[in-house]
Amino acid sequence: MLQDKDRIFTNLYGLHSPDLEAAKKRGAWHLTKEMLDLGPDWLCDQIKASGLRGRGGAGFPTGLKWTFMPKEVRERPHYLVVNADESEPGTCKDREIMRHDPHLLIEGCMVASRAMRAHKCYVYIRGEYIAERHALEKAVKEAYEARLIGANNLNGWDFDLYVHHGAGAYICGEETALLESLEGKKGQPRLKPPFPANAGLYGCPTTVNNVESIAVVPTILRRGAQWFSGFGRPNNSGTKLFCISGHVNRPCNVEEEMSITFRELIDTHCGGIRGGWENLKAVIPGGSSVPMVPAGQIMDAYMDFDTLRDLKSGLGTAAVIVMDKQTDLIKAIARLAYFYKHESCGQCTPCREGTGWMWRVMERMVRGEATHDEIDTLLDVTRQVEGHTICALGDAAAWPIQGLIRHFRHEIEERINRYRQPRALVQGAVIAAE
Amino acid sequence: MALRRFDLEAGGDSFAFRSETEEKIAFWRGKYPADKQRSAVIPLLWLAQKDNNGWLSEPAMREVANRLEMPYIRVYEVATFYTMFRLQPVGKFHVQLCGTTPCQLRGAESLKDVCTKEIGKAMYVTDDKRLSWEEVECLGACVNAPMVQINDDFFEDLTPESLSAILGRLRHGAEVTPGPQIDRVNSAPEGGTTVLTDASLFDGSRTRVALLPNLPKPPEPTPEAAGLPQAGSPTITKREEPASKDIKS
Repeated sequence: MLQDKDRIFTNLYGLHSPDLEAAKKRGAWHLTKEMLDLGPDWLCDQIKASGLRGRGGAGFPTGLKWTFMPKEVRERPHYLVVNADESEPGTCKDREIMRHDPHLLIEGCMVASRAMRAHKCYVYIRGEYIAERHALEKAVKEAYEARLIGANNLNGWDFDLYVHHGAGAYICGEETALLESLEGKKGQPRLKPPFPANAGLYGCPTTVNNVESIAVVPTILRRGAQWFSGFGRPNNSGTKLFCISGHVNRPCNVEEEMSITFRELIDTHCGGIRGGWENLKAVIPGGSSVPMVPAGQIMDAYMDFDTLRDLKSGLGTAAVIVMDKQTDLIKAIARLAYFYKHESCGQCTPCREGTGWMWRVMERMVRGEATHDEIDTLLDVTRQVEGHTICALGDAAAWPIQGLIRHFRHEIEERINRYRQPRALVQGAVIAAE
Repeated sequence: MALRRFDLEAGGDSFAFRSETEEKIAFWRGKYPADKQRSAVIPLLWLAQKDNNGWLSEPAMREVANRLEMPYIRVYEVATFYTMFRLQPVGKFHVQLCGTTPCQLRGAESLKDVCTKEIGKAMYVTDDKRLSWEEVECLGACVNAPMVQINDDFFEDLTPESLSAILGRLRHGAEVTPGPQIDRVNSAPEGGTTVLTDASLFDGSRTRVALLPNLPKPPEPTPEAAGLPQAGSPTITKREEPASKDIKS
């Protein structure tokens, strides 16, 4: 278990004031000028050495991402854009950072901007987080007033931070859709290349990072890359905010060491599984987009990128959704299928049509109103959507269904059998997929 | 995709921002470069929705388009794409009920029943114009599931009883307290947390470190500094140029 002295987000629960004065006492804005003075190369090298992998879901090394930015600023300014469009079902960690530890985020934005030679940063918050947006705006104002940021500030790097908000579209969590949205358009992802590091916001070099990835940066630099990389297994280093929801006794957010076992995570912080460990059925370990893992495989698994990838799932955003044996898994996944159908931006045909098709079939499977071979057809359709779209929403819609069929095919079959048994004679009443 | 159309009848033919909103409009517009004012379309639509009793009428969209000098269709496109822009009238208190899996697992469906019973079907506005509700997708408060958002506030850790009580109070104009409706602080576990109790985190101990770790090593002294001749630098020979005034034509 992670000790208190090693926690980065010391005000995670909002038990203390989020104001500048209190944040400074907790260590924020300490030695910031010294960090900035060391320049981009040192900053990138330190973050690379810390092994920090992006906390927004994909797990791409943050330091490496920063080095993709052009080494010289030419006529187009550089931008840092922070992705605070936290909409992945199960995930609610960035919210806590913005409303309770906003100064860590603002400081991180400044340091990251220095590392990529940017003077401007936009934080894109999802529209529903209204209280969080006000909390962050307040902190930004404090930082301007204390001359920590702004033109000619005390830290010696001209830096402006603007808070922008969305209006309820999951797809805007995809980095290029977010940029489109920030430019005042529909949030439809762009084709890559060109990558944002070459042509991002307003056609200028841009890096998009998750809130948590940015907010941990100053503390890593203050305590040393080795300190951070000392947690977790190799290639999965650091501490991480876990959001544990679903059927545990006491759902909560908590900062823990990477590679903690699932059992320890749940027992230490959430008071165990509802109805005891024997009652655990399956877990979605990284937000709704990753496939579920059945109880037997997850119980003693390490919660990190590599272990969960080997279990054909993923750490994603570390949003752990726990489901016990009373759960109707088919219904739970059908609801996710509806979510993806609702949130598809409609740009690529396989996703626009596929998500709706998958949802309608899943709804029939919930009732058992299907045939056995339709399970294979469904699986086949998920494969046709996966990888054939501009962004990863198509994949994200396909994976939960694939996970369900991979591990719980027998449940779907049983339900079909049960539905068909008393009605053997009216077979043929199957509603065709539209 | 969510297919949404706007209510042309209910919108009337005019809309004007409230005078106190002008300051906010200027605040938002100030965030974007002068030639990229279009970026402010979502914030401005949101302000327009606030000034139009919680929904966006077509004249309101046109007003935003005029302000930002955008073609109307580009604003319509944005307003219909983002689901927080409501295209038909809603009640004074509009309940957005999260129905996605993490909330569903913890009983969002019984909350839906409460809304249906107390308000009516989704998007129906009660006769006193006070309440309406709809089911929305994940609102990002999953460890506090199930939850609803009423206007700007999150109400978390609900039960059918507590939601019913909240709706009753709103109907009668009484105060309601947002946040978790059970014994817990924000996203800490119910009944109190066992972490973040170390007092040294909050007393300024973390600011006592005077130096950053891993500072770059000072560079090796250069040959010149050590008194050696600079390798590879050309020898400079000064030549006297003939003065032009000596040359006579």
